[in-house]
Amino acid sequence: MKAVSVEEAVAMIPAGASVMVGGFMGVGTPERLLDEITRQRKSGLSLICNDAAIPGKGVGKLFDAALVSRLTATHIGLNPKAQQQMLANQINVDLVPQGTFVERIRAGGCGLGGVLTPTGVGTLVAEGKRQIEVDGRPFLLETALRAQFALVHAFLADYLGNLSYALTSRNFNPIMAMAADTVIVTAEHIVPVGVIAPDHVVTPAPLVDYLITNG
Amino acid sequence: MDAQTIIARRVAKELRSGDLVNLGIGIPTLVANYVPPDLKVFFQSENGLIGTGPIPEQGMAHPTLTDAGGRPISALPGASTFDSAMSFGLIRGGHVDVTVLGGLQVDAQGHLANWMIPGKMVPGMGGAMDLVSGAKRVIVAMQHAAKGKSKIVPRCSLPLTSARAVNLVVTDMAVIGFPDGRATLLETAPGVGIGEVMAVTEAELVVPDKVPEMKI
Repeated sequence: MKAVSVEEAVAMIPAGASVMVGGFMGVGTPERLLDEITRQRKSGLSLICNDAAIPGKGVGKLFDAALVSRLTATHIGLNPKAQQQMLANQINVDLVPQGTFVERIRAGGCGLGGVLTPTGVGTLVAEGKRQIEVDGRPFLLETALRAQFALVHAFLADYLGNLSYALTSRNFNPIMAMAADTVIVTAEHIVPVGVIAPDHVVTPAPLVDYLITNG
Repeated sequence: MDAQTIIARRVAKELRSGDLVNLGIGIPTLVANYVPPDLKVFFQSENGLIGTGPIPEQGMAHPTLTDAGGRPISALPGASTFDSAMSFGLIRGGHVDVTVLGGLQVDAQGHLANWMIPGKMVPGMGGAMDLVSGAKRVIVAMQHAAKGKSKIVPRCSLPLTSARAVNLVVTDMAVIGFPDGRATLLETAPGVGIGEVMAVTEAELVVPDKVPEMKI
């Protein structure tokens, strides 16, 4: 793990990159990284995030600045700007059931080719996908999902990069921290090694490539 | 009593002590208000919490403790938090006893459509498809009709949420179940006659000899 400034970290992300962002309706989202992406105007992003948040919050800022060209998400109904951009064909949106979304990312981070899920069988979601029967039950083959970058927000990060999370801000963060080539983390508090007890480490330090320094 | 209150009160009667329950947004959220305090029900919020409590008092909200809509909530004693893989493992894996969801249409076989109106409203399915696929019991809580048009239809014209039929539909006019795979009128709302229900229901309804009134 390397500690870097937010400016340095975002400078590593090229325009058009695939980027996973943790958070659920902007809760548990690395806001400082999103502010800096907006400032450096990294456009054409292929965004993988549960939802589009709301304008002005979380990944909603990326839609405010029209930096997203492709979105993989489960729900965008609470962000009118993302809705407009989708209906105007400015962004290509792939809507995925939430349980499938997280399992595809988990598979991507765990060396699996995909998962078999009953969710979506017999619906629009099944179109173009392989259906596989196991013990007489139909499942959809949903393939693994990875990205070039995962932007993760933790509650505590220690000097080595061990992470723990708070309450409902954990959501997709630890799963995404497994599924990208480069993992960049912001934390509410950076603490000495040992403050997070081994049993309370959720994301082990070797998974973290860059930790954003304070101020 | 307004339509939403009738629905929420009636759905609350379906919950049992010890149930793990997931409530969708809209009318389903109101169900929690009518659960008797002595009934120990665990409410799950799919963003990663079991043991959701009421909206915190003024000035007590915490930015990392929210419901699936991002609004501040509280956590009850005995609550637990987890990541999204665990949350949907609970949902898809059959660990959720009851889910209560809103609906746009339910058809005569019990299929639910509640996630998009093509060309008009495409919010995304969020957790709805997983909930209908995996929860032990699926209850739809919705108005019987919208703008005078029946939401109980012979066949859903909107994209389905799941190929699985729901277990129960509770509206402001009736309770409908699907024994033998056919929409059946189980109860009518207080003061609502069977004829009135039939008049605003597009789907064919099986009407048993005895249809009791909802107890709310």
